[in-house]
Amino acid sequence: MALSVNIEKRMGSFHLKSEFESGNETLAILGASGCGKSMTLKCIAGIETPDKGRIELDGHVLFDSEKKINVPARLRRTGYLFQDYALFPNMTVAQNIACGISKSRDKVEVIKEKISAFYLNGLEKRYPYQLSGGQQQRVALARILASEPLLLMLDEPFSALDSFLKWQLELEIIKVRETFSGSMLFVSHNRDEVYRLCDRIAVMEDGKTQEVLCKRDLYTKPQSLSTALLSGCKNISKAYKTAEHTLFAQDWNKELISTKSVPDDVRYVGFRAHFFELSDKEESENVIACSVTRVIEDMFSIIVMAKVNNAGDEVFLRYELGKDKWRLLGEPKTLLLKLPADQLILMR
Amino acid sequence: MDYSPLWLSLKVALLATIFTFILGILAAWLTVKLKRGKGIVDGLFTLPLVLPPTIVGFFLLVIFGKNSFIGEFLSEIGAPVVFTWVGAVIASTVVAFPLMYRTARGAFEQLDENLLSAGRTLGMKERTLFLKIMLPNSIPSIMAGAVLAFARALGEFGATIMLAGNIPGRTQTVSVAIYTAVQAGNWDLAYRWMFIIVVISFVTILAMNAWTRYAARFRRESKRLWR
Repeated sequence: MALSVNIEKRMGSFHLKSEFESGNETLAILGASGCGKSMTLKCIAGIETPDKGRIELDGHVLFDSEKKINVPARLRRTGYLFQDYALFPNMTVAQNIACGISKSRDKVEVIKEKISAFYLNGLEKRYPYQLSGGQQQRVALARILASEPLLLMLDEPFSALDSFLKWQLELEIIKVRETFSGSMLFVSHNRDEVYRLCDRIAVMEDGKTQEVLCKRDLYTKPQSLSTALLSGCKNISKAYKTAEHTLFAQDWNKELISTKSVPDDVRYVGFRAHFFELSDKEESENVIACSVTRVIEDMFSIIVMAKVNNAGDEVFLRYELGKDKWRLLGEPKTLLLKLPADQLILMR
Repeated sequence: MDYSPLWLSLKVALLATIFTFILGILAAWLTVKLKRGKGIVDGLFTLPLVLPPTIVGFFLLVIFGKNSFIGEFLSEIGAPVVFTWVGAVIASTVVAFPLMYRTARGAFEQLDENLLSAGRTLGMKERTLFLKIMLPNSIPSIMAGAVLAFARALGEFGATIMLAGNIPGRTQTVSVAIYTAVQAGNWDLAYRWMFIIVVISFVTILAMNAWTRYAARFRRESKRLWR
């Protein structure tokens, strides 16, 4: 394993407990804001010190609380791409890149190589404030790679960017990943970014890493409530098991049939907003009768908020469908929504 | 009119500013890096700002006077401090030091922590970080501190008169000369000194402001950063 992390840190009432391993791959840490994702990266980089645990990178121990090892940040060779890029404002592009190059290498040569690899020709003498956001990120990446890191860590590199620029930078990162030989850690709260850029995903909640999942599993079988929410599951109800293949969804006041066998300790059932089917018989299995309360037009789809008839006042199902389909349906006032038995997400 | 107090004042203030500049910045750097005892160290460094200057002068007199080990040693090697212009430099340096120290420390603490973290992960040593990142990016505040220190050193009276005395042509600075002139009823001379000092102080501040604006161009521009 290229990177193995098992650390704990307390900050006031917040308790960070990170545990995961990563090979030469791109591993994402997915979690809501303030869940400890960045703190984990900072502990790996040596910017913050964990209270206890162990961090190992490519066979070198970076931190071990038992053996009292704490390698200083500058010797760890971990590349850290900060959210705001942290370019040195008093230095030109070339000087910024030169900062990370070790003394044993030919600085001029390395700068030249990185300048051309990141399409920065002609910008060598510019200051960061004279660059566009995209150029700044390329400089930051060039600076990091010039320091020859063993690990590349990206801390929410696309947040606070507009969608066009975001996409260009994402392509840039994909390119870096193709040439970079070490492992990459990518921190984000955006499930789509994570899905496009990573192979495996470690979900983090309240400072604790949950299971590390293969990215396809995140969407087909999220196993905890937080994973389901992060993966974008919009309809969730409390539930309990009634038989091997049936469970009772309390919020929706409906017994549902599942093709998967229901675990004994099931606590929630989820259903994706795109996967509803329409039925014409209220009595058939897994059909919930609803009345449409609100129709919201999105860019390419329609979001229908449908109140569940047999449940409490504020229980809604969110149903998303294409605009054409909604028009063909004749914009009905009531819906019989069918939850196919093979699409239920069961959560512990 | 004897202009010797003016030349002495300028010499003393300039030297004192250079010394406080270096000492203040180093003290600020060390304090910022301290993990424990920050409050106590900060208190000690700031003390000369809070104490009445005559008390600072008295302290210095005790330290450098004939009865102390340091004073004895200095007069033995032929470089006594008490009642010399060197004494005036020391007094001004000590009194102006907290102004430089505090502004530099404020500047260092306001620096974007990510810049320093980025430098460390790129393999930079603490000394390199200080020289190449902390200092250049704090220039506006540091220069403001230097202006304050210079102004304070130029106007130093209490500690100077205690340690360096009031010897015309040797240790009499402008602020002491004004005091002496007023005491002697020579209002005409007092007015002239006052006018000269006001002009010098004003010009110094204008020049420093202009220079700071120039030095801070990347900081000012980076506020407009497109993100």
